[in-house]
Amino acid sequence: MAITSIKNLKEFSTNNERLEGAHLLCPGCAHSMIVRELLNCTDDNLVVATNTGCLEVSTAVYPYTSWDTSWIHIGFENAATAAAGAEAMYKARKRKGTLKDPDAPVKFVAFGGDGSTYDIGFQWLSGAVERGHDFTYICLDNENYANTGGQRSSATPTGAHTSTAQAGRVSYGKKQKKKDMVAIMAAHGAPYVAQLSPNKWKSMAKGFQKALETEGPCFINTVSACTTEWKFDPKDTIHVTDLATDSLMFPIYEIINGTELNILYRPKNIIPVEEYLAAQGRYRHLFKPENRHVIDMIQKEVNEKWEYLQRREEARV
Amino acid sequence: MAEKMELNEIEVWDGNHAAAQALRQAQVDVVAAYPITPSTPIVEGYGAFMANGYIDGEFVMVESEHAAMSGCVGASAAGGRVATATSSQGFMLMIEVLYQASGMRLPIVLNVVNRAVASPLNVRGDHGDMYAGRDSGWIQLDAFNAQEVYDLNLCAFKIGEDINVRLPVMVHQDGFTTSHTAQNIRPLSDDEAYAFVGDFKPVDEMLDFSKAVTYGAQTEEDWHYEHKAKQHRALMDSYTVIDRVFEEFEKKTGREYKRLETYMMDDAEVAIVALGATVETCILAAKQLREEEGIKAGVVAPRCIRPFPFNEMRDVLANVKAVATLDHSAPMGAMGMLYNEVAGAMVSTQDRPLITNFIYGLGGRDFSINEAKRIFREQKGHADVGYITTEIQQFSGLRGPKLGFYEMKRS
Ligand SMILES: Cc1ncc(C[n+]2csc(CCOP(=O)(O)OP(=O)(O)O)c2C)c(N)n1
Ligand code: SF4
Ligand SMILES: [Mg+2]
Repeated sequence: MAITSIKNLKEFSTNNERLEGAHLLCPGCAHSMIVRELLNCTDDNLVVATNTGCLEVSTAVYPYTSWDTSWIHIGFENAATAAAGAEAMYKARKRKGTLKDPDAPVKFVAFGGDGSTYDIGFQWLSGAVERGHDFTYICLDNENYANTGGQRSSATPTGAHTSTAQAGRVSYGKKQKKKDMVAIMAAHGAPYVAQLSPNKWKSMAKGFQKALETEGPCFINTVSACTTEWKFDPKDTIHVTDLATDSLMFPIYEIINGTELNILYRPKNIIPVEEYLAAQGRYRHLFKPENRHVIDMIQKEVNEKWEYLQRREEARV
Repeated sequence: MAEKMELNEIEVWDGNHAAAQALRQAQVDVVAAYPITPSTPIVEGYGAFMANGYIDGEFVMVESEHAAMSGCVGASAAGGRVATATSSQGFMLMIEVLYQASGMRLPIVLNVVNRAVASPLNVRGDHGDMYAGRDSGWIQLDAFNAQEVYDLNLCAFKIGEDINVRLPVMVHQDGFTTSHTAQNIRPLSDDEAYAFVGDFKPVDEMLDFSKAVTYGAQTEEDWHYEHKAKQHRALMDSYTVIDRVFEEFEKKTGREYKRLETYMMDDAEVAIVALGATVETCILAAKQLREEEGIKAGVVAPRCIRPFPFNEMRDVLANVKAVATLDHSAPMGAMGMLYNEVAGAMVSTQDRPLITNFIYGLGGRDFSINEAKRIFREQKGHADVGYITTEIQQFSGLRGPKLGFYEMKRS
């Protein structure tokens, strides 16, 4: 496995240009930062499958493609299975000796938005992980169906406004909790599962490398701040992401073999979730007096989750 | 290396086993599949070959038929031979990916063991699933018995993978009637079969990293139309390769296949057009009528449903006076598919025949030789008086009051 040095961000960012800058993602979109980190953190050949969503529609519009690597998109739900199918073909051809370059190392990666990962493609991902294909699945979690204009997903957090879970006179936005996808994938017994964030680029790159090196199915949920639907200025993507990790709305941690939990980032100063919420238009309505209780509720849940993660880390179970 | 299997000159196989054996002999690289009655024994049979060292490829039992076809697409784009099997509800669940597979021009082979589509739930045979696939951009070949299932599977790989075709191919057989009925089969040896199919030749494969390939791009109104037109053209033009492969197959085995099969059509005055195992019922009926009643009956059966053999249909029915088209699928608000295609083929001819449409056997209801004879006789009646005396669309073998729709307009 050819691992790339990740000491210096400037160097790292120009390594292996496999996603051309010419794409149609919004300025400030975190999707491309995450994807580029993945592509840059290894020198191995990559077969990349992508679900329908912002990343896909913005990077492969005929007659152009931004992908300087093998890439496939089938539908909204089945990138995990596309990668699994390609991986199966790789094994078969390697055994039969029909590969052009049988010794070149190959990695299989699938990208999906939260809509395709938490909702419509849940079964395909679960099946591919259960079968143990050697691939890494990366969810670009922007907590909504961004490509279709910002509808709710089961990754949308409580209280956020989306076009199908709207804040209004009698509603504070989404009522339900966010699905705990990391726990679900760890419960599959996947050898490596993590939640990572592009503001903590070193831990993200290391996590990606670990996933790629680990044999078997790995799952990584990544925080992908969406300037358009979260409603913040495109220049503030990393700032908003900092608030996400420092308020512990998005704790950064890994789970190895379904049990060994390691917290990968401990904010020196934990900030109130209110600061994170206040930075985004999608939570604006929560600051009305009648909705203050929702902020309190969110804070309580964040505290409880952090407590839970720390205890699990300690307990090593 | 996978072990070879010693086969007898004559084996007793049903349609499902015949399909499984053909997949084994074609040395498929990846089978991604999900079980459903009545196609399950294909994947079970393949699984048994796998477990006993007869398969070198990968066998991926996925969690749904949608995933089965998705896995096939991923595998095929990675540059190898791919096949699977399904029926009915499984086929319906696959449909989204069927279009994606053909749109990406991936030569996957899908065995469809035809079965009715719910609701009501029914495991028996009709062509509801087959008909649902007819706009999906796949070549559709129809086997009328188990020997043909075996033969057409070997042909399917060779047709779909041809560089001038590069399209996925379905091989249809009738649930239970063909899939579960054992008959004498003459297989090729493993070596002969593989030599006929040939090595898979990868095209734009994802595992050749000397050049990047993008599969499944986005197109809007600027390019989508051209893509789809080109795909349609590839399908329409594929008949030359289909004919060539059938010829090669005949040379090797003596078994002749045509895109449009015809029986006793040289002097036929009346004809039935049908698909599937029913074709054999209709042939027997025609033979008996010729002997017993002197009715010049013939049978026409599309071996190739897509691309539809329009020219051949037009020519074979040119001198026929009355034709009954038999559709084994609920037409739901229109004439049956075969009626539409046959009428389409005949409408531009001078002396076009009188064409009727029979819906029959939905959900596995038996279709007898006697009923086929009755339909032939009815066509003979139309031929004699020169017009259609019944409703144009009728339901054959339906309990309760007669059901029929739409009448001929006589000047
Ligand atoms: C079967 C199917 N249903 C619905 C859609 C419409 N659709 C395309 S992308 C999308 C949302 C994508 O959301 P997500 O996966 O979160 O990705 P994002 O665009 O947010 O990155 C939807 C609803 C589709 N393409 N296919
Ligand atoms: S809508 Fe959001 S996720 Fe989509 S491209 Fe724009 S910023 Fe990125
Ligand atoms: Mg999303």
